[in-house]
Amino acid sequence: MTTLLWGALPYIAFALLVAGLVWRYRYDKYGWTTRSSQVYESRLLSIASPCFHYGILFVLAGHLVGLFVPMSWTHALGVSEHTYHLFSLYGGTAAGVLTVLGILLLVYRRRTRSPVFRATTANDKVMYVVLLAAIVLGMTAKLTHPSGDGYNYRETIAPWARSLFTLRPRTQLMAGVPVLYQVHAVIGMLLIAFVPYSRLVHMFSAPVPYLFRPYIVYRTRDPKQLGPRPERRGWERLGS
Amino acid sequence: MRPMAQIAMVMNLDKCIGCHTCSVTCKQTWTNRRGMEYVWFNNVETRPGQGYPRRYEDQEKWRGGWELNRRGALKLKAGGRLHKLAGIFSNPKLPEIKDYYEPWTYDYRNLTDAPLGDDYPVARPVSSLDGKPMKIGWSSNWDDNLAGAPAYGDLDPMVERTRQQASEKVKFAFEQTFMFYLPRICEHCLNPSCVASCPSGAMYKRAEDGIVLVDQDQCRGWRMCVTGCPYKKVYFNHATGKAEKCTLCYPRIEVGLPTVCSETCVGRLRYLGVILYDADRVTAAASVREEKDLYEAQLGVFLDPEDPAVRQACERAGIPHDWIEAARRSPVHALISRYRVALPLHPEYRTMPMVWYIPPLSPVVDALTGTGHDGEDALNLFGAIDTLRIPLEYLAEMFTAGDTGPVRASLDKLAAMRSHMRALNLGDVPDPAIASAVGMRPHEIEEMYRLLAIAKYEERYVIPTAAVGDARRLEESALPAGCSLDYDGGPGMGGDGPFGQDSGRRQLPLVSVENFHLLRKRQTSDHADDA
Repeated sequence: MTTLLWGALPYIAFALLVAGLVWRYRYDKYGWTTRSSQVYESRLLSIASPCFHYGILFVLAGHLVGLFVPMSWTHALGVSEHTYHLFSLYGGTAAGVLTVLGILLLVYRRRTRSPVFRATTANDKVMYVVLLAAIVLGMTAKLTHPSGDGYNYRETIAPWARSLFTLRPRTQLMAGVPVLYQVHAVIGMLLIAFVPYSRLVHMFSAPVPYLFRPYIVYRTRDPKQLGPRPERRGWERLGS
Repeated sequence: MRPMAQIAMVMNLDKCIGCHTCSVTCKQTWTNRRGMEYVWFNNVETRPGQGYPRRYEDQEKWRGGWELNRRGALKLKAGGRLHKLAGIFSNPKLPEIKDYYEPWTYDYRNLTDAPLGDDYPVARPVSSLDGKPMKIGWSSNWDDNLAGAPAYGDLDPMVERTRQQASEKVKFAFEQTFMFYLPRICEHCLNPSCVASCPSGAMYKRAEDGIVLVDQDQCRGWRMCVTGCPYKKVYFNHATGKAEKCTLCYPRIEVGLPTVCSETCVGRLRYLGVILYDADRVTAAASVREEKDLYEAQLGVFLDPEDPAVRQACERAGIPHDWIEAARRSPVHALISRYRVALPLHPEYRTMPMVWYIPPLSPVVDALTGTGHDGEDALNLFGAIDTLRIPLEYLAEMFTAGDTGPVRASLDKLAAMRSHMRALNLGDVPDPAIASAVGMRPHEIEEMYRLLAIAKYEERYVIPTAAVGDARRLEESALPAGCSLDYDGGPGMGGDGPFGQDSGRRQLPLVSVENFHLLRKRQTSDHADDA
């Protein structure tokens, strides 16, 4: 079990992520969108969506620091274990609360505003469950170990996560980790695997190049497309 | 000089009867799909009126187009690049679908399926957004023909601006009002703010013909273009989550056919043709400080196709010969630059729009005839154009950022043309003073009359085809820039997708007639010998 969860699952999730992204890019560029519902309802979204997105970006940054900055580095900078713990506790909780409030408001909006609810697919619903579970369990895991220096995941989870990249996963490190952290990690990996197959794929199209390109884009006609092409998704006739 | 070619349009508003044929045929062609119910690439607005979507011209609210920053440089009115990315999670200035109107259908089934009862069954309106019965309260043409103008008329942003500047008021009392129709499509601007707003770089202006398009594969649905366009002519498809807009019917334009809206226009008021312009001068022209100078600045960007130096530069820039020839015969160029009767719609947005309008003289003629005067006498008309300040100022707010000069000049030319042609038709000798009063010569007036009144299909639509432009490349091979064996199912190197023949992108099957018959014979034959 240990080998399956901590030795195999991470690689399966990563493979599904990469394969999914390649597949989506090659075969479903047209479906690669945020599928925004802002035209249906703007007021709640204007509060909830920035809350959630900025929160989750901060959470992501926190995870990157927590997992990929070794303890020895922060020690070398003179950051004591207690300081680090407080920083991660308060910073993480603040970002987490922002994220959770955002996503709860988003779910509320999705359920109560009928055009938005009608535009929600089964895929979206599964996505919301997995995403919400990952966030809530992460928060719970963190907040159930707040006393003292808390649970020091930087001696177990973080080295394991780093060992994944050397292709020699130290699965035994994860065996003694508290169950809540284990569940959070598993759901997190499921979420990573699910990203390319859901609307979450839009995270990979963060439009950073916009900062560097000229404002007006010119393109020449595609010489390969001089004739008609078969009917494509989104261009079906109404009522058929 | 960096010459480029653009297919542009001019609409003669005097001839628009507000029949909405253009809107309907456009809708049938392009937007009769789910998710696009509320989308009108072409719409016809009654002015004064709020327009579609409601009050789209109020840029203090919608923040479309460009403005000048403190240093006098162009800046998107909705905010710069960083500002845009910071607000990407929820576009703060996006019109909701209800600012257009909530699309609906009718519960037609009830008409045939209703159980026997005392009441006649009715088809109730049902919202296309949530499938529930709804009360229809607004739509794309709610204020058609000034319907409800006493109540809604004051909401027209241009009426508001005219009021600020004129002491008189735009009247909506029946006897005192004026009205005209304004058909609108995408402006295919030279300095498109929608393209500049797109974070994904999915929107682009085509280098060959200047048509502004959305790459549906690259669009990620950030919705910034909808905000960026001051004309609100980029729409969000709420079923696919992508932006869509008027394509100027490029598949038709490429083969030399006019757009659907032009083709089906009952009043024959649309003109299509090539305009040559200098792409290097666009930014400078769009950043002219005074809004009222933008019309002249844009005229300065256009190149004269009769000028040999310009033609030479165009050849060097790779513009095909037949495009340059088409530019010389372009009715659009004639109406915009030669006769100067066409004016841009809202040049103050600084996007350099390329669908221009000949302002309507009819409100003036009608008012004049209504008072018992001769509505076709030049002096009466010149006088009336000056006296009827409200229509003039309103038109100026629409077409020249409030400068009545160019509008008056255009209307004067139309008035002179009426008077001159009436004299000719009645067998009188036209007074040459009438023509010279508007700075034209009699034969110019007659040419303009021909273009505006009786121009035939080929004169109204002078569209060079993409194919002739591509001819040199096509001479080399039937399949430009590719291996002629690399087609679907062919012996070329393209090959199948990873999951067999049906996977991957389907390309256009290219089969010669001989192969087609051979294959069909083999597939449908009853004898093994044929196979």
